[in-house]
Amino acid sequence: MRLNPRFTDKFVRAALLFQALFTVSILVFIVFIVFVKGAANITPEFIFSYPEDMGRHGGIFPAIVGTVFLAVLSIALATPLGVGTAIYLTEYTKESTLTRIIRFGVESLAGIPSIIYGLFGFIFFVIKLKLGWSLISGTLTIMIMVLPTIIRTAEEAIKSVPRNLRMVSFSLGATKWETVTKVVLPSAAPGILTGIMLSVGRAVSETAAVIFTMGSSLRLPTSLLDSGRTMAVHFYILAREGISLEKAYATALVLVVSILLINIVAYYTMNKMIARYN
Amino acid sequence: MVSAFSSLLFLFIIFAFILGEGLPLFYKVGAGKIIFGFTWAPTKGFFGIFPMIISSYMVTLGALIFGAPLALGCATYLSEYASRKMKMFLKPALELLAGIPSVVYGFLGVVYVVPLIREYLGGPGFSILATSVVLGIMILPTIISISFDSLMSVPQTYREASVAMGATKWQTIYKVVLPAAQSGILASFILGMGRAVGETMAVIMVAGNALRIPMSLLDPLRTLTSNIALELAYAAGDHRSALFSTGVVLLIIIMLLNFIANFWVKRKVAG
Amino acid sequence: MDVKVAIQQLRLSFGKKEVLKGIDLDIVKNRIYGLMGPSASGKSTLISVINKMISFEDGVTMSGSVLLDGEDIINGDIDEVSLRKRIGTVFATPTPLPRSIFENVAFGPRLNNSTSRAELHALVEQSLRKSFLWDEVKDRLQESAMKLSGGQQQRLCLARTLALNPEIILLDEPCSGLDPISTAKIEEALAELKDQHTIILVSNNTKQIARATDFVAFFYLGELIEFGATDKVFTTPAVRMTEEYIQGKFG
Ligand SMILES: Nc1ncnc2c1ncn2[C@@H]1O[C@H](COP(=O)(O)OP(=O)(O)OP(=O)(O)O)[C@@H](O)[C@H]1O
Ligand SMILES: [Mg+2]
Repeated sequence: MRLNPRFTDKFVRAALLFQALFTVSILVFIVFIVFVKGAANITPEFIFSYPEDMGRHGGIFPAIVGTVFLAVLSIALATPLGVGTAIYLTEYTKESTLTRIIRFGVESLAGIPSIIYGLFGFIFFVIKLKLGWSLISGTLTIMIMVLPTIIRTAEEAIKSVPRNLRMVSFSLGATKWETVTKVVLPSAAPGILTGIMLSVGRAVSETAAVIFTMGSSLRLPTSLLDSGRTMAVHFYILAREGISLEKAYATALVLVVSILLINIVAYYTMNKMIARYN
Repeated sequence: MVSAFSSLLFLFIIFAFILGEGLPLFYKVGAGKIIFGFTWAPTKGFFGIFPMIISSYMVTLGALIFGAPLALGCATYLSEYASRKMKMFLKPALELLAGIPSVVYGFLGVVYVVPLIREYLGGPGFSILATSVVLGIMILPTIISISFDSLMSVPQTYREASVAMGATKWQTIYKVVLPAAQSGILASFILGMGRAVGETMAVIMVAGNALRIPMSLLDPLRTLTSNIALELAYAAGDHRSALFSTGVVLLIIIMLLNFIANFWVKRKVAG
Repeated sequence: MDVKVAIQQLRLSFGKKEVLKGIDLDIVKNRIYGLMGPSASGKSTLISVINKMISFEDGVTMSGSVLLDGEDIINGDIDEVSLRKRIGTVFATPTPLPRSIFENVAFGPRLNNSTSRAELHALVEQSLRKSFLWDEVKDRLQESAMKLSGGQQQRLCLARTLALNPEIILLDEPCSGLDPISTAKIEEALAELKDQHTIILVSNNTKQIARATDFVAFFYLGELIEFGATDKVFTTPAVRMTEEYIQGKFG
């Protein structure tokens, strides 16, 4: 049977629209549920007080602090390493076997699932280096995990800086390094920032790689060698062990809102940076 | 410029330590007994992870079957039919959703998907079906975002040429746009699969974690990733080594997937 | 007469393709030199030899010499970075850096770190005045340079170069994308600048060459066909090809 092509056209359009709406509504539903169920249990105390009875009561303050520490420290370490690698790959070498090997390394790191990072961080930092379940073990593990994201986004951003700008800088007697730091990096900053923010998001939402390296202590981490838990880990434990559905929803809300905020802030800073001189 | 080599260094020590911990057991008890063994009782000397390998494959495939058509349909609609405004709004919104922690997906799976399956289809609810649905949803943003980008990068002139020759919109999409974006779409599927095989915590929550080969879609299962995460905290000795062996197998699967992806995508691009 | 740049038997190839085929040319201090010739005759390449931007290209082989104040910049071991501070370049497309107007002009002097704030302000003002841009931008120095018109941007690029007080200014078709008024302003600026600088202007606009330069060199496919005082070349060209080019018969 041959269908009328015009009919098929309309039918397909409707079917695709349905798929798009269905997909979007699933995702909207997820966010909606988290907001509705979580909002009921969010109070200032929940944010600023300590958990009691495994988290059944009280708040999530230490988990918030743990999350901030882990994210900030790991990104602070990964950014110079990642941007440095990107600069090296784009500005200081020609395409060669060496750069191909480095890129292969970066791609491979990017493909490793987070549980493997958890396994590795556990055996290497926690056991072999005797750092124990601690903020530092978690930080170093997450640093390696987000490195490929930072490298790849920074590389893209640096590559998209027009060659003209570099030539202008050189023609004014700037050295390679001056050109990179004063012309290339500022122009690439919005793109680099996107990568950094993506990485912050990953650090905040990661569970598998964190739980086996940073541990899951409910206390407030006060040194690099203290264990602690992030919100994602706290949420996982609340939900998995059925400790408290209400607290789980509330934690999920704080977690999701943080990630939304990180993204929105990044989006605006980026636009501002781009708008400023363009 | 030492930093450039840091990635290689990290990759090296990761492999060194995972292999260093995981490989000796393959010699000790035999690779066959681990990879094709049916029994996992690590404290009694049984290290078979065959059911987990099968389970990992099944839920990854399930996730793709569930997620890929939806995501591709959504991406196609967005790139070919949606207005500029809608694109500008939906693309970043979808990217935001990709940032929702996977544990949240897992949790909502437990609360909504698992009971639904138990009520209407039977079984414990924790099942291949539940896991596939949760993973399928989780990989939606990844697949949509990447395949949307590759659809958008198909030059407008292709579409115009096709329409000028009298093709309808759908014929244009089906015969011209989708083939042109093929390699990007494939890459998005593979990346989605990568995310699904590697997912751990969400899977633990909805899979039921049973130690046998699932015989129906409604049977519970345990994947390679969840096996590691469930037992790592308290395992010692050979038991711990066995978890690293599980990691080795997982790494090999991921590497194969990436290899196939690279090979396939590159050949399609070249050809 | 003071020879500033002496080009002697300069040959240059990209891979196997010879692009400059034995050029001899003396550039005298405080004059404006015009380089003209049809596309692919090697004008831009010659410019990039003088400011050594040619180092960024692959597969270049050179012979002969280019003497700057008697010092060989091709075979000698001259420091390219400090050389480029002595030789300013303005490119064909206006290329402001994505910064403020002030920051654009201050970019070069800042690299030396030695100038004080007050000096820097004076320098920026002076450079912008010299390129006839000051009056148009003096109230908006902190605004993005991207907001300027193409003609203003090109004068900003000239000011940016002038801030380094270069001995030589190279301009590679600086007016190719500009309207007649902006073009006139740049020519006016150049006329005043030649007292302190030596200027080399590449242009495909023979009228501009006739208006703005003291000497002219006509290039064709890597060879220097004719060189002389501009009036003379334009009134009584020695070579037939030059005449045809000036009359717009080819190129
Ligand atoms: N990077 C390069 N690699 C290879 N060949 C080049 C390169 N740059 C220039 N050429 C070649 O050198 C020759 C001279 O080029 P050049 O840009 O110097 O000409 P031009 O006189 O400035 O021309 P136009 O008036 O078009 O600017 C041309 O044949 C060009 O193709
Ligand atoms: Mg040129």
